[in-house]
Amino acid sequence: MIPLLLIHLIKIACVIGVMLTIVAYTVLAERKICAWMQDRIGPNRVGPLGLLQPLADGLKFVFKEDVLPHNVNKVYFTLAPMLSVIPALITIAVVPWGSQLIIPGLAQPVKGVIADLNVGILFVFAISSLGVYGIVLAGWASNSKYPFLGGVRSSAQMISYEVCLGLSVVPVFMQVGSLNLTNVVEYQAHHIWLVLTQPLSCFIFIVSSFAETNRLPFDFPEAEQELVGGYHTEYSSMKFAMFFMGEYAAMFVASALMVTLFFGGWSLPFAPFNAPAQTLGIGVAHIGIFLAKVCCFLFFYIWVRWTIPRFRYDQLMALGWKVFIPLTLLNIFVCGVVLAAMAK
Amino acid sequence: MQVKRPKLTILERTYLPQILHGLWLTLKHIPRRKFTRRYPEEKPPLYGAYRGAPTLVKDPEGRVKCVSCQLCEFVCPPKAIRITPTARPDDAPDANVEKEPQDFVIDMLRCIYCGYCEEVCPEEAIFLKQDFAIAGYTREELQFHKEKLLELGGVQPDSIWKWKFKGAPPPDAPDAPKRVAK
Repeated sequence: MIPLLLIHLIKIACVIGVMLTIVAYTVLAERKICAWMQDRIGPNRVGPLGLLQPLADGLKFVFKEDVLPHNVNKVYFTLAPMLSVIPALITIAVVPWGSQLIIPGLAQPVKGVIADLNVGILFVFAISSLGVYGIVLAGWASNSKYPFLGGVRSSAQMISYEVCLGLSVVPVFMQVGSLNLTNVVEYQAHHIWLVLTQPLSCFIFIVSSFAETNRLPFDFPEAEQELVGGYHTEYSSMKFAMFFMGEYAAMFVASALMVTLFFGGWSLPFAPFNAPAQTLGIGVAHIGIFLAKVCCFLFFYIWVRWTIPRFRYDQLMALGWKVFIPLTLLNIFVCGVVLAAMAK
Repeated sequence: MQVKRPKLTILERTYLPQILHGLWLTLKHIPRRKFTRRYPEEKPPLYGAYRGAPTLVKDPEGRVKCVSCQLCEFVCPPKAIRITPTARPDDAPDANVEKEPQDFVIDMLRCIYCGYCEEVCPEEAIFLKQDFAIAGYTREELQFHKEKLLELGGVQPDSIWKWKFKGAPPPDAPDAPKRVAK
């Protein structure tokens, strides 16, 4: 009998390992895809087709000199990169990667989620909004004007879009009747993918999560052309790499959430894949389906980044407060009316 | 001039059609032919008049064409060429050619690839060939001496009368072979 704790530790190790690998390769994918879109080849020197590029990048970051500017607030300056990477890694805990794994020799099937919290989505919002502290602290502690502007922009942007993000998913949970992400996925497996019943929620959630993860067209905290490097201007070496990792991990989490909330999570809408797995093979296939869907969304993120130019700052704020928040409120209202009418 | 401000429809004001069009545009580019040249493996195509590194050439019989007239040295704008002339020994075959370079140095760090040396050379002994990636670890390495220049230059397939006759060729000499462009 393997203790439950050990199973959990193994699960955590697997999830973090897979996630960080995907994050590393997303960086390569970003460079490759942007190159293809611009009729270039992209990195192709390290290993076959450039596939070892992330390893080379990682090695470079490890060996680079870590410059600590003399007039920074050293405690916050060191704390900030950690704060930006950790929330992204924690939020993935409540996202179901698969249905369940039935492993011979274990009494209970292993759940495809690390923490099966009943308040799953609240946990996600609570933790992921901590990510802004990393950026704000980095901007403040750097004691330099561009990082400071980046930090200010970031806080304004993330607070505005946190509201849209939270409100946009309310109809989903009104329809499903549970805040637990595992239940949301099972509901979609049995009924219908929520993107079909809640298209407006889905759209607003996707756009807001672009703003939440600071990706183009809403990458104001970084905005290379305007703010040099934004909040991470003063950072170098591994600290910079952690910001980078945090950004891509946040992208991964946002993609995982989109998949979980609107695109059926680990399920596919036909026979062996639309119910919790009864065999080990199907269980593994569910995880594969989930990861494939997440990769599609990561591609979508990259695709959008290399297509749409950055918004103007007031446009971003106007879009958030004047368009999305009224729309989400209207959406909640309409959804409530429809659900009430259907219940009668 | 009056700037036109067309009234946008509601659909256009959401920007969504434009964004979708943009996404389609970038997607179309992914499978397209790439313009990148994988440089060290794929060299760029160079054409006849390309001016690369200046080199010394030999004639088909393996003789150095240069006669150390030093015109190239004089014409060279950045003074990259240094020639040490020497007399040909009297008993050498083809002693009707009086001078030859003992050493011929081109400083590739100074050379500006203008091609004046090639233009000015009365013997067609110096040619700008197509080597463009001249690199080295030390300054000395980039002082190309006579042997190196001859090696780079190779053989220029045309013959010159100077080896056979002193002065103008006799009236009964066969016509000079046509010169072949490099």
